Amino acid sequence: MAESIRELHPKPWKQWIKRISDANWISTVLVVLLAFLVGGLLILAIGGDPLRAYLVLIKGSFGNRNGFAETIVKTCPMLLAGLSVAIALRTEFWNVGAEGQIYAGAVLTGLASIYIQGISAVIHLPLALLAGALGGGLWAFIPAILKARLKVNEVITTLMMNYIMTFIFSFLVDGPMRDWVSGLNISPQIEKTTWLPILLAKTRLHSGILIAILAAVVLAVILRKTVLGYQIRAVGGNTRAARFAGIAVENTMVKAVIISGMLAGLAGAIEITGVQHRLIAGFSPGYGFLGLAVALLASLNPIGVIFSALLFAALLNGADAMQRWASVPIAMVAVIQGLVIIFSAIRFFFNRSTLKRKAGS
Amino acid sequence: MIDHHIPVVRLVNITKSFGDVIADDGVNFELLPGEIHGLLGENGAGKTTLMNILYGLHQPDAGEILIRGEVHQVSSPHKAIELGIGMVHQHFMQVATMSVIDNIILGLKVGSDFKLGRDAARKRLLELCKLYGLNVDPDAFIWQLSIGDRQRVEILKALYRDVNILILDEPTSVLTPQETTELFYTIRKLVDAGLSVIFITHKLEEATSITNRVTVMRDGKVVATKETKKTSKPELAYLMVGREVLFRTKVETREKNSHRDVLRVSNLKVKGDRGNIAVQGVSFTVQSGEIVGIAGVDGNGQSELTQALTGLREVLSGNFWVDDVELTNASPYKVIQHGVGHIPEDLADGIVSDLTLVENLMLNRHYKPPYSKNGWMNERIMESEARELIHQHDIRTSGALAKAGTLSGGNKQKLIVAREISRNPILLIAVHPTRGVDIGAEEYIRNLLVQMRNRRGAVLLVSTKLDEIMDLSDRILVMEKGRIMGEMMREEANIEKIGLLMAGAEG
Repeated sequence: MAESIRELHPKPWKQWIKRISDANWISTVLVVLLAFLVGGLLILAIGGDPLRAYLVLIKGSFGNRNGFAETIVKTCPMLLAGLSVAIALRTEFWNVGAEGQIYAGAVLTGLASIYIQGISAVIHLPLALLAGALGGGLWAFIPAILKARLKVNEVITTLMMNYIMTFIFSFLVDGPMRDWVSGLNISPQIEKTTWLPILLAKTRLHSGILIAILAAVVLAVILRKTVLGYQIRAVGGNTRAARFAGIAVENTMVKAVIISGMLAGLAGAIEITGVQHRLIAGFSPGYGFLGLAVALLASLNPIGVIFSALLFAALLNGADAMQRWASVPIAMVAVIQGLVIIFSAIRFFFNRSTLKRKAGS
Repeated sequence: MIDHHIPVVRLVNITKSFGDVIADDGVNFELLPGEIHGLLGENGAGKTTLMNILYGLHQPDAGEILIRGEVHQVSSPHKAIELGIGMVHQHFMQVATMSVIDNIILGLKVGSDFKLGRDAARKRLLELCKLYGLNVDPDAFIWQLSIGDRQRVEILKALYRDVNILILDEPTSVLTPQETTELFYTIRKLVDAGLSVIFITHKLEEATSITNRVTVMRDGKVVATKETKKTSKPELAYLMVGREVLFRTKVETREKNSHRDVLRVSNLKVKGDRGNIAVQGVSFTVQSGEIVGIAGVDGNGQSELTQALTGLREVLSGNFWVDDVELTNASPYKVIQHGVGHIPEDLADGIVSDLTLVENLMLNRHYKPPYSKNGWMNERIMESEARELIHQHDIRTSGALAKAGTLSGGNKQKLIVAREISRNPILLIAVHPTRGVDIGAEEYIRNLLVQMRNRRGAVLLVSTKLDEIMDLSDRILVMEKGRIMGEMMREEANIEKIGLLMAGAEG
């Protein structure tokens, strides 16, 4: 009882923070600004010019045709990975395995787009993408069912399954699926009928981004308008109340996690069909892990994930320019990324703990 | 050897409120040297708050604390320990990954800056163990210990800090019967060694078996302080639940024509959280057009029983039927589908704070037409129905689309009751439906239960408020230690009779 009563009269500063963190838009912008502010101070401390550095960073990631294209290309997998983490976390499932699910998706996409031949692109491309989603979904289903049935901690299983899948992937491109002609650890090129169309000529900007944005919108609609989405929100909001009201909590979680895995698998599929055009070991530089940061910054809001993925992609992409033109080391971008993650994690757990306390009143 | 006339603790006129809830209202309390003093009362009677004040966790709004005859300001637990007061909480304050000895010296400076001084501490601890007959391995890790051991560590922690007044907050609530016996043995040893002990409990059995005196609290006030030898369980039960029964809700006697059995429970056994058997084979029925009240002191199996009936807890053996459909170990969904409504014991289990009022009101029906169709929610119908419910039940809110977390406690409970009753259940299981709500909401909710019964619905009411049970029920069952001790019709019920059964006398 004492807890709940204390919550009725929280300290003024806490109330202040709470009001800000309730208004998601404002708090998200604040988190980003704060990260850039602290990052700026650090740039200043190493003798750089923060304003110039940031200007170059923006120019590098949006300033020209190719820079812009590359930013969007990187946005795509991060957006899907962010959605993947967000939907699972909505049911209190920490999917740290998006990276593995990306690779799992890539494997099935690879199989579908290398070994199936001679069918029309209208069928082949969707098939390849679906295969990817299926792969990710299947790979996520294992930890989901383990948690639902046996209460096995998902952080450990999803994390470990990343290693299993990346090694399976490496094995495949080093053995059964290897292109022996190339002399490298890569698979043969995928069928042209599965290549995602390019949106901007003479760049790598492919149409995957449209699929990713569509996925965000669809996910937002699912959460708002469908029974499943409603149940996911109820389970995430108060598991016990959801269970008491007759919602099958475990089933809801498993469904959410399968969707989560499918989104990550789709990210893998799009990387293969849009960028790499073959399976290459290590093709994802940790997009799955960045998805966690993307999702947290967006407060698990699907539409917010679009913008938060764009920000992380721009940071990644502008880093090079910043080093070249403002003499600020690339590592600084990792620092800013880290700051964004820290601040959004603080906000996330702050919100969650106040919510929990509210639920307990 | 001890001066038996100066109390070691005297609390004078202690008053403490949280917001507009008064937890303690002018409480006077005395602890004599070398006594075991029971502090008895229902949940929410103000026992723990009072002891938290003595232990320095809360500051009283008014009143004085005298320790060994001198007025002291107990500003923090640290200060309390300095004054020789120790407290063992219901939830142990321990670091599971550290050893016993490390937990005991945690926060104390026993060695130098570079040396922890564990060896000296271990020696002292072993001496204490020997002195009080407490068996704990100082080098075991907390996570390896049983609950009983962990409690002993908590007691040793206090003893290590040289306390001579020990407060135990419902110490047996987590223990098995054997562990309880051991604990009582330890407590007696402590008292023999000169300590004074305050023993918080709501179990009559304990209050009468181990204490020298008992102070009974109800609604933030002290009702009486009795010498244990000169009182009895029925008298204490009677004091605890209160004598004034206010027939506030008018209930006409039930017409006696054909009623059918809606709920039929046969020899039901249900496991508790500690591996104990919380419900030990109960059988009863609830008929249509009837409110059956289950009275009893909290923690005698009522929670486990209702959780089993709503599909939330596994049934060990026995069966139950709702309208002749067996629902033993069915899922909560199936139970709800069969027309069972449930007002959960803890209102936090009935509300999703982060969802809107509309979404909360539709929690038990969202999955079926017209509220949803082919997996899509029909927001228009949901909202219009929810608005009607909000209006009809006068749920005070800033709007139907406000988050449910913004409601006051009474309005949250009204929302839950509105949601459950509006679905026209054939059976409503209402567990403490008016706990923690204001008088207005309390009255309103009681009336709704009666209305439902008058519409020939069946209601199973679990409450620790005896007036509520006696006001509303057509038939009363009394539960004690997982058994139904007796059954009586409303006309034959009186508080002495119920009190006797609650205290464990055969009916």
